[in-house]
Amino acid sequence: MGNIQRFPHSAKAASTNPLKMSQPLGAALAFLGVDNCLPVFHGSQGCTAFGLVLLVRHFREAIPLQTTAMDQVSTILGGYDNLEQAIRTIHERNKPALIGVATTGVTETKGEDMAGQYRTFRQRNPALDGLKLVFANTPDFSGGFEDGFAAAVTGIVEEIVQPATATVKGQVNVLAGCHLTPGDVEELRDIIEGFGLTPIFLPDLSLSMAGRQPDDFKATSLGGVTVDRIAAMGASEATLVIGEHMRMAAAALELKTDVRTIVFDRLTGLEASDRFVRTLSELSGRPVPARLRRQRETLVDAMLDGHFFFSRKRIAVALEPDLLFAVTGFLADMGARVVAAVSPTQTAVLEKLRAETVMVGDHSDVETLARESDLIVSNSHGRMGAARIGVPLHRMGLPMFDRLGAGLKVCVGYRGTRELLFEIGNLFLSREMDHDDHSQEHGHACGGGSCGCSAD
Amino acid sequence: MLREKLQEVFNEPGCATNQAKSDKERKKGCSKALKPGAAAGGCAYDGAMIALQPIADAAHLVHGPIACLGNSWDNRGTKSSGSQLYRTGFTTDLSELDIIHGGEKKLYKAIKEVIQQYDPPAVFVYQTCVPAMIGDDIEAVCKFAAKKLGKPVIPVMAPGFVGSKNLGNKLAGETLLDHVIGTMEPEVTTPTDICIVGEYNLAGELWLVKPLLEEIGIRLLSCISGDARYHEVAQAHRARLTMVVCSQALVNIGRKMQERWGIPYFEGSFYGVSDMSDTLRTMARMLVERGADKALIDRAEGVIAREESRVWRRLAPYKPRFEGKRVLLFTGGVKSWSMVNALEGAGLTIVGTSTKKSTKEDKDRIKKMKGEEFHQWDDLKPRDIYKMLKDSQADILMSGGRSQFIALKAKVPWLDLNQERHTAFAGYDGIVNLCEEIDKTLSNPIWRQVRLPAPWEA
Repeated sequence: MGNIQRFPHSAKAASTNPLKMSQPLGAALAFLGVDNCLPVFHGSQGCTAFGLVLLVRHFREAIPLQTTAMDQVSTILGGYDNLEQAIRTIHERNKPALIGVATTGVTETKGEDMAGQYRTFRQRNPALDGLKLVFANTPDFSGGFEDGFAAAVTGIVEEIVQPATATVKGQVNVLAGCHLTPGDVEELRDIIEGFGLTPIFLPDLSLSMAGRQPDDFKATSLGGVTVDRIAAMGASEATLVIGEHMRMAAAALELKTDVRTIVFDRLTGLEASDRFVRTLSELSGRPVPARLRRQRETLVDAMLDGHFFFSRKRIAVALEPDLLFAVTGFLADMGARVVAAVSPTQTAVLEKLRAETVMVGDHSDVETLARESDLIVSNSHGRMGAARIGVPLHRMGLPMFDRLGAGLKVCVGYRGTRELLFEIGNLFLSREMDHDDHSQEHGHACGGGSCGCSAD
Repeated sequence: MLREKLQEVFNEPGCATNQAKSDKERKKGCSKALKPGAAAGGCAYDGAMIALQPIADAAHLVHGPIACLGNSWDNRGTKSSGSQLYRTGFTTDLSELDIIHGGEKKLYKAIKEVIQQYDPPAVFVYQTCVPAMIGDDIEAVCKFAAKKLGKPVIPVMAPGFVGSKNLGNKLAGETLLDHVIGTMEPEVTTPTDICIVGEYNLAGELWLVKPLLEEIGIRLLSCISGDARYHEVAQAHRARLTMVVCSQALVNIGRKMQERWGIPYFEGSFYGVSDMSDTLRTMARMLVERGADKALIDRAEGVIAREESRVWRRLAPYKPRFEGKRVLLFTGGVKSWSMVNALEGAGLTIVGTSTKKSTKEDKDRIKKMKGEEFHQWDDLKPRDIYKMLKDSQADILMSGGRSQFIALKAKVPWLDLNQERHTAFAGYDGIVNLCEEIDKTLSNPIWRQVRLPAPWEA
């Protein structure tokens, strides 16, 4: 891999089939991992409607998401009145524990002073002192989904977490980045609890977005980490930080509480999972549970069985940065060639990627770069381009609207890594076994007979 | 300029609701003030995109930050029988620097790239809130680009914050009237050429109607904008008759085509047996009035008679299955009401409906049809619907995607009536499809299972 191409200059003015999603959307998802919360976009009602539809299509769940409904006049004169009215209305109607406000391109272009508006609101509404409010600056015109998610989590930490005088033995914080599905969070809870530790996840999508069956109608999030538990994060023994984009929130948490942080840049792959398990064992002072030991064995076995089909496979991956890092890392670990890694935004984690081409781009770039590849890994938007160039698509990330259970896919820990290995491995395997299928597809040979055939 | 345009669309004389208003009320416009913290629904840009994106061979370029397209592309079920270019999402993805320096140059470059790479017959450029705020003159850029690049480049002036989705529909209509309709001439015309306005070919619905038109001898010259090609829309002014579907959103196109080119229009619907038949009948009659061969009427009656007897025959098996089943309709507007008689004909009982989006006329019509005791709710909150379903006051909720989870979380069957659905409900075959969908979900064995208590519950 001598000639690694990093950030080829893209002079395109028209982003075509965008991979990027906006910051407020990421913020909304983070807020949805807090119990009894209602996120609000400070912008035009369309900002909310689009974000809502996208999340509904992905999770197949009701998505509580409101708007300050800015129109032309309020946009020009200033949005404070709309913001105050929105918060008061939501409070009256839904009594949430937390209202998370994310700004948009509309209010950020105007330059609304959110810190000032927060103070004004508190002064004018002393009766609402009990209501938690988190304001996040998330302009649509900079950064992307991951940045918005990070901004909201940072805001929640700054607003709600309290320093504690005594630590609670066995309590650990987990700052769970947006590359973790609700299913991933559930898996991490299982692993951590296996060591007798008590995790507090921020945010906790496994309790809100994994298919709850409420007893009554609620227009706020149907679960998630409670505000009280967030406040108690200061009493934890350690903070496990999952994903590079959670570093800012981790810093804010450490600054406020002195709880030490341990960063995991990924949890997909054998070595990555080993490190996580070793850390938990050290933190808890307990041996690794038998269940995890068995899971490790089966992962090793899966790697042995599966590596035939991954070796030197050419794969293009286009995902949000931290998920991109986790997936490309895993694929490289399995002996595949990551020919292209495409990220929607520029972030530091891209420097660490093991790929032949790393670029900030869109699905049309993937379509160009993946022409000769064996597989594309991307979200559902990648399906049309993949079909055009005749390359199979493995769906990961968000949005995934053409698959059931998008929120419950697991790719962390020994078990999650094994699942991912099987899913992708099976795509290769079925292509190799099914000669009639692949012989028609522009010259894909069947991998030198690893499936025992002589077709070319 | 946008302000004048807004006044103009608010003052639509072709709109019955508008006609009923006082001068003062009319001036206020027809979009209701949105309540911050309690609003729902799309913006004007969303509405404009819904109305224009079905023009399949055109490129649709969104000038704005990523949210406007990045969060929304690839989410509509409008179908094309040919070019798929409309499904490609193009945006200028404005960054912080673009906002500081202005986005006009980037927009021009983007238009150029799209034309060079994809060679579409036209480019629609959508204005959004942020460039509208910083004063990007996209009309000037489009004009310049059109001249320089030799292709129609059409500015769609409906930034989100001017109003609702419905208003965006109207503004899209104005865009077509200002820039597209009447700019090309068809090779041939016939006395039975028609233009259909406001049909978006969701789930391929137009294709359930078009064969019937062809059989009768009516030529669909132009559809705005389901499965449309740019040149077809540009030639719409040569139609002999316009049909406006889903009345109020795009009635401005029908009325102005009448003003400019003397094309009569009528409002019709493809939903429900009697509405469908009325529509075919009206088409044939109005075309004959404009000089088409009288035989058209007989052919239409022939098709109607055959299709009606066929549809009732096909609906008959559902009748015993639907006996005593109660439907809660939650969409309002015209669409659902034209389905009611077909549903009742198939044996269902409609227990009530929301009338939030309905006009006074609609409400009176419902009252006449259903009697005074029938429930009509103006402002039914999600919580109330949930309660009704939970208390088993209805066996199925038929609504748009927004209320899907109200029903599902109450563990009550639900059927999608709105734009996200995957099954076509238009025309005679569509009604049979609809009943089949209702029957499928009502008779699914999961409902008993999911309502069972868990083993640890008493």
